[in-house]
Amino acid sequence: MTSTVPMVRASGVAKSYGSHQVLTDISLEVASGEVLCIIGPSGSGKSTFLRCINHLEKVDGGRLEVDGHLVGYREKGGVLHEISAKDAASQRRDIGMVFQRFNLFPHLTVLENVIEAPRRVRKQPVAQAKERARALLDRVGLADKVDAYPGHLSGGQQQRVAIARALAMDPKLMLFDEPTSALDPELVGEVLDVMKALAADGMTMVVVTHEMGFAREVADRLVFMDQGFIVEQGDPREVLAAPKHDRLKSFLSKVL
Amino acid sequence: MSDMSRGPAAQSAPGHDPIKAVPLRHPWRNVIGVVLVIFLAAFVYDAAVNRTAYDWPAVGKYLFDRRISEAAFITLQLTVYSMIGAIVLGIVLAVMRLSPNPIFKSIAWVYIWIFRGTPVYVQLVFWGLLSTIYPTLDIGLPFLPPIAQLPTDQALNTFWIAVIGLALNEAAYMSEIVRAGILSVDKGQEEAATALGMNWALTMRRIVIPQAMRIIIPPTGNEVISMLKTTSLVTAVPFTLDLYTRSRDISAETFNPIPLLIVASLWYLATTSVLMVGQYYLEKRFARGIDRVTVKKGAKLPQGDAPTVTGLAGAKTGQNDGPKENR
Repeated sequence: MTSTVPMVRASGVAKSYGSHQVLTDISLEVASGEVLCIIGPSGSGKSTFLRCINHLEKVDGGRLEVDGHLVGYREKGGVLHEISAKDAASQRRDIGMVFQRFNLFPHLTVLENVIEAPRRVRKQPVAQAKERARALLDRVGLADKVDAYPGHLSGGQQQRVAIARALAMDPKLMLFDEPTSALDPELVGEVLDVMKALAADGMTMVVVTHEMGFAREVADRLVFMDQGFIVEQGDPREVLAAPKHDRLKSFLSKVL
Repeated sequence: MSDMSRGPAAQSAPGHDPIKAVPLRHPWRNVIGVVLVIFLAAFVYDAAVNRTAYDWPAVGKYLFDRRISEAAFITLQLTVYSMIGAIVLGIVLAVMRLSPNPIFKSIAWVYIWIFRGTPVYVQLVFWGLLSTIYPTLDIGLPFLPPIAQLPTDQALNTFWIAVIGLALNEAAYMSEIVRAGILSVDKGQEEAATALGMNWALTMRRIVIPQAMRIIIPPTGNEVISMLKTTSLVTAVPFTLDLYTRSRDISAETFNPIPLLIVASLWYLATTSVLMVGQYYLEKRFARGIDRVTVKKGAKLPQGDAPTVTGLAGAKTGQNDGPKENR
C-alpha cells in the first residue's frame, strides 16, 4: 500500500510537565518505509516525543498523526475529544515499541513473551501465534532460546527478543527508544544488525539513538533535538559531516 | 588459549596449591550452646516431674480426642475459606485502589478505612447480629417488592457468618499487601504491555499481578497463620465448634483447663507447620524466571552466539498471517 499519507506527521507538537516545557513546536514527517533517527543530549525531549507517538505520553499542543489518524484524540466538528482507553489501546497495537531497558516479561519464557500480545490482543490461535513467534525468533538469531527465561539471557539477546515481541503484532511503525544504551559495548552490534535488517525490509522506523554510525549508515533522515526544539535536520551524512548549528557541533564533538 | 589451560588440571599446577588453613574457632558458641541445653533439660524435667498442673496424662488423653481433631479440622476450614475470600476481595480492592477510576478508588479507600479501623472481634459480634438487624435477605430492586426473600438465619448458619466476618476484615489487610506487591513491579512492565496494545485490565491480570505474587506471598503466609489463630475469636458470632472454643468447652466440664490449652496449642502449631510447607512450594512456583543465579553448570554463556540475521524478509511476508484488525 503506497499511500501518500505520511506514517507520522507532527506539526507544532508541544508537551510540558507542569511549568517545564519538554517539547516546543516539534514539526516533522516520517514517510512510509522511512527510517528517522533522532539524536540529542539527554533531556532534549527526544524520548518524550517518541512516547507521544504511541500515546504513552499525552500531547498538550499541536497535531500529531499516525497513518492519518490523530493520536489520542478524535476530531468531531472541529472539536477534539479524548479517545477512550480501549480506542487508545487499539491505536497502539499497530505501533511497535522497543525500550532502552528491554522490559521483557520476566515471569514468561521467551516464546511466551512473544506470543502474549498476539494471543490476548489479536486473539490469534495459540498454534499460529507460536509458529509466527518461532519464525521471528529464528530471524533475530534466537531460535534456540525459545524456552529460556529473559533473566538467563544477555542484554543483547533480551533486546532482540523485545524486537521480535514488537514485530509479532505486525506493526506498521516501529519506535526504538535508545535500544542499545543499556547494553555492554560488545553486545551493541548484534542488536543494530537486527535493526539494519529490519530497515532493509522497508519497515518504517523512528529511532532515538546515540549510535552515530548506525544513524549515518541506516537513517534516511536525521533530526537533532535540544531543549525541546528541533535544531537541525536533514540527510544524516550531510548533517553529521557538516553540522551548521553550534549546538550540534558541540554535541557531536562530545559523542563522536 | 591452549597453553593457558584452565580447568581441573590447573588446580594442581605449581603456584595454585589449595589453601590449607586452620579454620577460625568459635569457643563461646559451644559454651552458650551447652548452657542453653542444660537450662532446657532442667525445664523439661521440672515440667514432667514436679508440675502436676500440666497434667500430662490428660494431655495425652485429649490430644487425639475426636472432638478436638474435628474442631481442628473446622478451624482449618474457617481459615482456608476466609483466606480465599480475603485474597480474592483483597486483589479486587487493591486493583480498584490503583485504578485510574476515581469512583473505584474511593470505594476501596472507604472499605479499607472501615474494616481496618474497627476491631475484628467487634465486627464478628456485628455479623452475629445480622439476623437481628436484617431478619430477611431480599433480592430485588430498591423500593419494589422483593423478587426473592429468605430468612437470614436460614440462609447463613453461624459457620458461614464467621467466614464472612473474618474474610471481610482480612480483605482490608490483604488489599494493602497486594497493593504493595503491585507497586513493586517495575513501571516498565506496564508500559511494555500498554505499548503492545494490551488494555489496563489485561496488563494487570497477565503481566503485573503474576509478578507481584512473588512479593505478595510471604506476607500472605503471615496472614494465613495469623488467621488460623484469629479464628479463635469466632466465639463472638457465636460459633463454638472451632479448636479454641471447643477445648475451652471441654475444660469447662472437666475443671482442668491447662492440659486442654496445651492440646489446642499443639494442634495450632501442627497446622501452622503444614501451612508453612505449602507456602514454601508456592514461593518456588512464583519465583519462575527470577532465579537468575541458578544457571546450570556447563550452560553456554549467553554472549556466545552471534545473531544470524539473514534479512527480515519473512518478517514482512508473514505479515498477513494473523487476522488483521484495522479500526
